[in-house]
Amino acid sequence: MIAAAPRRKPSGLSPGWGLSAYLLASIVLGLLLLRWQLGQGRAEAESVEPRQFVTPLWTIAIGILCNVSCAVLGCYLVLRRMSLLGDAISHAVLPGIAIGFLLTGSLNGWPILLGAMVLGVLTSVLTQAIAGAGRVAEDSSMGIVFTSLFALGVILITSLAARAHIDPECILYGQIEYSAIDLPPPGGWQVPRLAWRLGAMLAATLLFVVVLWKELKIVAFDPALAAAMGFSVPVVHYCLMSMVACVSVSAFEPVGSILVVAMLIVPAATASLLTDRLGWMLAWSATIAAASAIFGYIAAAWLASSVAGMMAVAAGVQLAGAVCLAPRHGLVSRWLRNFALAVRITGEDIIGRLFREEEAAGARSQESRVREQEMRNKGQETEPPPLPLSPSPSLPSSVPPLVAWLATWQLRRRGWLTPFGGLTDAGRDAARSLIRAHRLWESYLDTYFDLPRDHLHDAAERMEHFLDPELQADLDAELAGRAVDPHGKQIPPATSAGASSPVPTDSGKH
Amino acid sequence: MLGLKYNTLIVLAGVSLLGASAGMIGSFAVLRRRALTGDALSHAALPGICVAYLILRERNLPAMLLGALASGVVGIMVISALCRWTRIREDAAIGSVLGVFFGLGIALSRIIQGLEGGGAKAGLDSYIFGKTAGMTRGDVELILIAALAGLAVVVLGYKQFLSISFDADFARSLGWPVYRLDLLLMSLVAVAVVVGVPAVGVVLISALLIMPGAAARFWTDRLATLLIVAGLFGFAIGLVGTALSATFLVLPAGPIIVLTGTALFLVSLLFGTRRGLVARVIEQRRFEGTLGLRRLLRAAWETRTSAGNARFSRDDLQARLAWPTRKLAVLLNRATIGGHLRPVGAGHYALTSAGEVEALAVVRGHRLWEAFLTAYPEQASGAANLASLSIDEYVSPAIAQELTAELKLAGRWPEGAT
Repeated sequence: MIAAAPRRKPSGLSPGWGLSAYLLASIVLGLLLLRWQLGQGRAEAESVEPRQFVTPLWTIAIGILCNVSCAVLGCYLVLRRMSLLGDAISHAVLPGIAIGFLLTGSLNGWPILLGAMVLGVLTSVLTQAIAGAGRVAEDSSMGIVFTSLFALGVILITSLAARAHIDPECILYGQIEYSAIDLPPPGGWQVPRLAWRLGAMLAATLLFVVVLWKELKIVAFDPALAAAMGFSVPVVHYCLMSMVACVSVSAFEPVGSILVVAMLIVPAATASLLTDRLGWMLAWSATIAAASAIFGYIAAAWLASSVAGMMAVAAGVQLAGAVCLAPRHGLVSRWLRNFALAVRITGEDIIGRLFREEEAAGARSQESRVREQEMRNKGQETEPPPLPLSPSPSLPSSVPPLVAWLATWQLRRRGWLTPFGGLTDAGRDAARSLIRAHRLWESYLDTYFDLPRDHLHDAAERMEHFLDPELQADLDAELAGRAVDPHGKQIPPATSAGASSPVPTDSGKH
Repeated sequence: MLGLKYNTLIVLAGVSLLGASAGMIGSFAVLRRRALTGDALSHAALPGICVAYLILRERNLPAMLLGALASGVVGIMVISALCRWTRIREDAAIGSVLGVFFGLGIALSRIIQGLEGGGAKAGLDSYIFGKTAGMTRGDVELILIAALAGLAVVVLGYKQFLSISFDADFARSLGWPVYRLDLLLMSLVAVAVVVGVPAVGVVLISALLIMPGAAARFWTDRLATLLIVAGLFGFAIGLVGTALSATFLVLPAGPIIVLTGTALFLVSLLFGTRRGLVARVIEQRRFEGTLGLRRLLRAAWETRTSAGNARFSRDDLQARLAWPTRKLAVLLNRATIGGHLRPVGAGHYALTSAGEVEALAVVRGHRLWEAFLTAYPEQASGAANLASLSIDEYVSPAIAQELTAELKLAGRWPEGAT
């Protein structure tokens, strides 16, 4: 549907609460685990000195700075379905580093970043050029471009390695373990040099996102609209690509080129499962990236493993958790929602069936119905005469027993079903609304669509569960108060109070 | 033999065979637009190797290959599960699996290194760049077996693979198990990746998968030819790349092989006979030439008819066609050489008898097309390439007669046409 969906009502907690709770829990749990780890293997009497925290905390901080800048930009890549371009760029910037090094003889500073930006844009341009000019599928052309550039970079770097202090393995794997020890000379602030650089990179990334917020957003969600509104999509695209290249390069030293991919894509993909709003997605992505840094470090220290590798694994674990447990898009919650819907529909099918049986019985014994009506008119509140009902309404055999049992239990709890399996008054009202929805829909389909008669029932059987009184009134108005459905059955009138409608009013789209 | 050392021969044979089999199998990945799944697969294989090593505590080639194959296939299945069951899209799923599995692999390999010192990591450190020079006879035999097995599967399932490569929906409508065939294809890719990674490394094996197939696509439109050409290209890439890297011993072999592939791809992109840029430019030029000649003849015929004079000047044509002077000169020249026009005096031309016949046919076709598209405008999109199509091939004789009658009635029927 094109029409804008109504803003969802916040259910209980605002999204900020979950996010803050997750962040806080990660930090507290991380500190506790770290404390426990440092206390391992020492005598009871010895206490952990604050000094020992410094190196691990700086390592974690560097990891957080690096991961968060990757994760923030990664959101846009994931939204634009260009995750793999991020992968390609993070491999393809290698020659840029080599050339920058060749020109300046230093591995730090602007020339390297500039070289990376050029290569980042070049990767994107070449991919599109080969895909366009050669009529090659985009993924093949991307694969060719980035493996070629990567090979070129490896060759340049290995031939430089003899002269320079570059270790190809370091560029691939990262050496976050040693970065926290790389301190400036004593005196003044004892902040690792890498932390300064990555902090600056993170600040630049955030600035980029804030300044180009509107442009990035519209290009991410609707490039055609962006073009129509006069934004230059390619300019925004290439800005994003050069930022990705810069971030990849500055992340090489701590996490290595290949794991940049994990940090670009995994937190953003996880965040996309947790929220539907861009701002919250960025926040979630950053939080997950930070948590990956914390727990990745702890796991690596515990197992004597690679910090960068464990950070990727920690991100993967969070992705798996979100796939299962995310509140709206997770597998468990989706399964639970479907189950609850199945229970509701089964329950409504039961009362609908009971109502139809009562109706049929009522038609058979018209006089008894008249008598009942008379008694009602006199104001005598007696229970209705016993109706010939089967004690347990038969259901289609496809309904699992658990669903049927839960549906019956739910009907009893609501007081719609008597202990003997008949309908209570409230239940009858609910069933009447349901049958009304069914027959209104059949009449509507019959009036406005050219469908054969025997095709009406199944469609209405599905729709009846989703027509709330408001929609029923609309349909009624459309049908100009039609009294019987196409099969000649009476359309029950609307119940006076909508309170006992079987359809919860907030059950929206399906 | 040929003055080469035994070791060099082994490496040459191994890498060329690997190139041939990866090229052939990779063509399917290219056609199915799964090129980067191969990349994910090669990264996802690392944890399997490490786990096999951790279990056996020794370097056991078959076990490690099985482990690699298993974790690669698990990676592929996770990708398809993520795409199927969650809102994560394919690109993000591939990227996530690639990153996380590879991170796990690196973490595990670091644990292995810590267990037994530096020597124990043998076989794992070559995973990134590959160790081409360290290839043994056993490796070559393994590659040969994998290549033959892949070839056998492709030959046996050729028809099915053909249809899922080009039209998966059609294959599904024929009742073929597309999903399982896809999985079979990806398993073939996985086998090629797993035996190939030790030689060229994890990032670069995807180049060997993609490049031959993508390059071969420029030379042919038939799947069987494509597979053979891709296999040959892969073989050539392996052979030339290894030979080059043997010449420049300082440089790692894997990247050299990949750059050889890049060169081959670029050559194909430019000079491929079916889709290459040069071939397409030539085709385009030839087409424009034919089209221009036809327009020239039509203009000549119309000018002559309206003026009632056998000869017409160059300026008359210029006024009718509004072409750049240069283009007009070139085409006039071509028409004169082709025997359609003959110069009569300075700047004046007349149609030759051959040109007369040709021009009449062109004008008749053009007027019929005009009448047809006026009468049946909805057909315009159906006749995709109107200019290269003769009207008599497109419409039935009955409609052609009807249109002829219409034109005759309107007085627009060229005199003398049949």
